[in-house]
Amino acid sequence: MRYLPLTESDRAEMLGVIGVDSIDALFADVPDAAHLDGPVDLPRAMGEIEVERLISRMAARNVSAGSVPFFIGAGVYRHHIPAAVDHLIQRGEFLTSYTPYQPEISQGTLQYLFEFQTQVALLTGMEVANASLYDGATACVEAVMMAGRVTGRRKAVMAGGVHPHYREVCETYARFVGFELQAHDPVPGGENLVAHVDRDTSCVVVQNPDFYGEIRDYSRLARICHDAGALLVVVVAEILSLGAIRPPGEMGADIVAAEGQSLGNALNFGGPHVGLFATRDKFVRQMPGRLVGQTVDTDGRRGWVLTLSTREQHIRRERATSNICTNAGLCALAFTVHLALLGEAGLTRLARLNHAAAVALAERLEQVPGVRLVNRTFFNEFAVQLPRPAAEVVEALAERDVLAGVPVSRFYPERAEAADLLLIAATEITTREDMDRLEAGLRVVLS
Amino acid sequence: MNDWSRAISTHRVDDMPSPFGTVTGNRGLQIEETLIFGQDSPGHCGVDLPEPAPFRSRLGGLERKSRIGLPGLSEPQVVRHFTRLSHNNYAIDTGLYPLGSCTMKHNPRLNEKLARLPGLADIHPLQPVSTVPGALELIDTLAHWLKVLTGMPAIALSPAAGAHGELCGIMSVRAALEARGDRRSRVLVPESAHGTNPATAAACGYTVDQIPADATGRVDRAALEARLGSDVAALMLTNPNTCGLFESEIIEIAATVHAAGAFFYCDGANFNAIVGRVRPADLGIDCMHINLHKTFSTPHGGGGPGSGPVALTESLAPYAPLPWIVHGPDGLRLLEHKAGPAEHSLGRLKGFHGQMGMFVRALAYMMSHGSDGLRQVAEDAVLSANYLRGRLAGELSLPFPGTCMHEVLFDDRFLKETGVTTLDFAKALIDEGYHPMTMYFPLIVHGAMLVEPTETESKASLDQFVEVLKALAAAARSGEVSRFRTAPIFTPRRRLDETSAARKPVLRWRPEPAHRDAAE
Repeated sequence: MRYLPLTESDRAEMLGVIGVDSIDALFADVPDAAHLDGPVDLPRAMGEIEVERLISRMAARNVSAGSVPFFIGAGVYRHHIPAAVDHLIQRGEFLTSYTPYQPEISQGTLQYLFEFQTQVALLTGMEVANASLYDGATACVEAVMMAGRVTGRRKAVMAGGVHPHYREVCETYARFVGFELQAHDPVPGGENLVAHVDRDTSCVVVQNPDFYGEIRDYSRLARICHDAGALLVVVVAEILSLGAIRPPGEMGADIVAAEGQSLGNALNFGGPHVGLFATRDKFVRQMPGRLVGQTVDTDGRRGWVLTLSTREQHIRRERATSNICTNAGLCALAFTVHLALLGEAGLTRLARLNHAAAVALAERLEQVPGVRLVNRTFFNEFAVQLPRPAAEVVEALAERDVLAGVPVSRFYPERAEAADLLLIAATEITTREDMDRLEAGLRVVLS
Repeated sequence: MNDWSRAISTHRVDDMPSPFGTVTGNRGLQIEETLIFGQDSPGHCGVDLPEPAPFRSRLGGLERKSRIGLPGLSEPQVVRHFTRLSHNNYAIDTGLYPLGSCTMKHNPRLNEKLARLPGLADIHPLQPVSTVPGALELIDTLAHWLKVLTGMPAIALSPAAGAHGELCGIMSVRAALEARGDRRSRVLVPESAHGTNPATAAACGYTVDQIPADATGRVDRAALEARLGSDVAALMLTNPNTCGLFESEIIEIAATVHAAGAFFYCDGANFNAIVGRVRPADLGIDCMHINLHKTFSTPHGGGGPGSGPVALTESLAPYAPLPWIVHGPDGLRLLEHKAGPAEHSLGRLKGFHGQMGMFVRALAYMMSHGSDGLRQVAEDAVLSANYLRGRLAGELSLPFPGTCMHEVLFDDRFLKETGVTTLDFAKALIDEGYHPMTMYFPLIVHGAMLVEPTETESKASLDQFVEVLKALAAAARSGEVSRFRTAPIFTPRRRLDETSAARKPVLRWRPEPAHRDAAE
């Protein structure tokens, strides 16, 4: 077996040193009833050629996004990833290292995480960010739980425009962790949340741009939350939007929970992605997840360490701020490298390109009979109302090799008013020909 | 502000301490690399993108007006920056990484290649299901392998990491208890457990009751049975445990847990020690998470991404989180809602369908080894740990008798009266070119050193490691204390001041005050 360096003679020699006559002797603590006599009923070892053939065959059964006109978003966005990103994250020193528990020989990981934390804080307009969480949805629920710790209150108010998966994750945790989630109807157009903010409210959770793509100014809501002693949690499901839109920090957000996949990370059928989590300095000791901090070594040279770990499970055990151990280290590196390549000029231009593509697409689709643009504002994704169930339209277009978007009914099959809504995204990758194909396809399917 | 200004590293040599006397502070291949924020060429960009033609903005007047503060760099600068940073990391690719309970084994590159196939990496979780049959097939195939290897009938695939899998398991337990109208308040966790176990139980609203270990390093059964009662929801037990020992009475333990009406959660962090040789189902467990990065070699990536599938019995399977992949008359179906067969699901634990990129890698690893090779993985891992144990028994001190499983635990008695601590000993290993073992864990052993060589080290590599440990133990005994206390010396940084890092946290770079106007 190509991955196992021990030879048969090594094994025999090692057993001799140990002083046992067979490998079975080393498994003597396993109860007799639980011993398997031989290999389980699964295929035997395979060479690279066979494994590659079998898995490639599965891959070939899927329609990859790059092979068709592609307009799907809804929390996962297809962007160009510069070649240098994937090269750098595959360096073995990054790929095959562990959590940086030994800082003297982990300064590479620690320094990029410090850069990552800085980039996230800058983008979101917040003061401090952690070293990542699993994804946007889990970052969102961690934000809600943190707001509960900060305020000592247990009711979270959630806007209907928060991504349905984020909402569902919060519902799951609410049941088991024990907080109240007052989630509003998932309809485009927003709602008046102010009336629901009271003295029991730990936080109000909104998304910007929201699930339907609409952009809002939450400054007033932030003030109302603060007057009531509650926190404002702003979710950002498309982090690239912050290259164009006023960041949550400038609107008065207390916690930003975001999905960072758009920078450096592939679609990956939904994972792994990278959760971003940023807040105010004053709440830092209530944050979940790893934090990298700056310090000096015994020679007085600047260096980095994991810090404030007394919040964490490996020190505090059942009194930890979260049970999280792993973060999304390598996905955070991809994010950091991509954002380092883009820089201020590149990120803002990339955001403009995305917005321009979406505007061009929206203007064209509005001309298609039966299609109504739902949004007043949007960044790179918007909702349209169709004269027919959107799921049928999407299937019909998929048969014409166009992946047209996400029917809202996929998330809310029970809501009749969602049936005709379709979310459509365009990015810097979307070409004019892609738009031609979508427009033409829609005209045929809707006629 | 002084704190922030210290964060600015520049190319100037005058503020760069250079204890080794070079002008730059560099030492040959070891380069002092400044933060990217100190390398800003305003306006510069490492990605060539066109400026869009003029268009009518639909941002509704909410355009970003402030500068973000990101530095501008070209591609060569970025590639060099991160390549230089990589040189400051230890990795399994560069050496033996005996971090006990973390399982730092070789990461096959075939897995990386396959995870990047466009048909797997460039597919969207919300594409019409009809356009991703191969993705469902791959996930279902992975689930099948995991079911056969664990002997368990159901696998929940969405948890994003081991700790997330624990949460999934304990939530499933609570859902099952609630479904039978049984409100229980306590979860039993051995003192030797990973910190995630008590943190998970507490997050799910349970009080944590610690169970001590007995003199052999295993759960004290008498103490366990004394604490079991009708208010106990579950026992969370790691097996093999964090002392590197198999819980030999596990079947009896499972029986007493079940007799009390509780569930048996197994922390499968150490499944790599028994994979292919023992099916957890045959031990009487009700659920177990599997860290794909430990047993099935998905890369640790400096701390993630992970993946923590959970194996469940029939009694817990109805509560598995969404989504589910089920076999239907027309092939595989993706269930994304609490309806039909998934009516009782506890709901969603993360966005979308789980860590697909990790599934591909784990499946490639499993297929490469096959059922025979996986069994060999467990055997070689256990053999290697016992080989270290056998060769070091006379030099280092062993807290528990008998053979071990995939990792060998030492305590610090061999350092008694030398003035050298476990920490010092570990740091001296760094100077010898090794990543240290896990230190001070498990907590039940004084000055613990937990060594896990894994199955991917050659005998020569193990022998060399043994010689180094022996020589260091001899040096400690012969009174070479300062060598240990000052270690490491030959590293990019020496011991770092963690106390001041926590007391006055500096968690990000900020522009120097003088530059602040320009930044805003």
